[in-house]
Amino acid sequence: MNGTDILFYFLSALAIGSAILVVISKNPVYSVLWLIVTFFAISGHYILMNAQFLGIVNLIVYAGAIMVLFLFVVMLMNLNADSEPQKNKWIMLAGTVAGGCLLLVLVAALKNAEVKGMGLEMKTGNIGLINELGKALFTDYVVPFEISSILFLSAMVGAVVIGKK
Amino acid sequence: MPIERYIFLSIALFCIGIAGVLIRRNAIVVFMCIELMLNAVNLLLVAFSKMHYLKGASTNVTAGIDGQLFVFFIMVVAAAEVSVGLAIIVMMYRNVHSVDINFLNRLKH
Repeated sequence: MNGTDILFYFLSALAIGSAILVVISKNPVYSVLWLIVTFFAISGHYILMNAQFLGIVNLIVYAGAIMVLFLFVVMLMNLNADSEPQKNKWIMLAGTVAGGCLLLVLVAALKNAEVKGMGLEMKTGNIGLINELGKALFTDYVVPFEISSILFLSAMVGAVVIGKK
Repeated sequence: MPIERYIFLSIALFCIGIAGVLIRRNAIVVFMCIELMLNAVNLLLVAFSKMHYLKGASTNVTAGIDGQLFVFFIMVVAAAEVSVGLAIIVMMYRNVHSVDINFLNRLKH
């Protein structure tokens, strides 16, 4: 077991543990903070796979912008642990069982998938670098890139219109 | 690193997100669980992109780069979705004074 394996298992345990804590935290503020920890772990995975651009963008966009937005909304609404309504224990059990069944079915289906045994190189390869990604983005994917700017404009207008009244 | 490890990690994160959507009643936490599911898919796309790079690097130096660009576009769509979704949740909170999704299932209100 070398250093890369240890880092992989550490980041995976961090991601799954904090994702479970997102779901079971009573206070929404703690949920937001644990989700930030999850995003940091996933960014660590990206950097381990040498997808450096996506690692940094994940940190800036998700952990930076989106989670700050969530945190602002949670604090604006003054939600705390006792604002969560009393919920049915059977519904919680049913939700957990449903999620567990999906996990079981997906693992059983993909255990012997066609990609079994294929590997990926950690810490090498230059497709994750901003040089190659930028070239591909502005030659092959330039139309979707421009369309996404229109999407952002409409999302901005929509958010302002919905929030204003 | 075998690809199965990343497949199973992504499945675990995705199922935690599904369970969270089913269990929680708070609209904001449900929204955060949807973000968690999007991130699980992003992680698997990057892992598959690296796998295709390893497989086709001898013929094409940028094999598998499309997976990482899809992740980039998913992040763009997620950012737009969050801004509009949170605006809708804030508007509903102003009308109903609650973010419990059991109160929000009646469109007539």
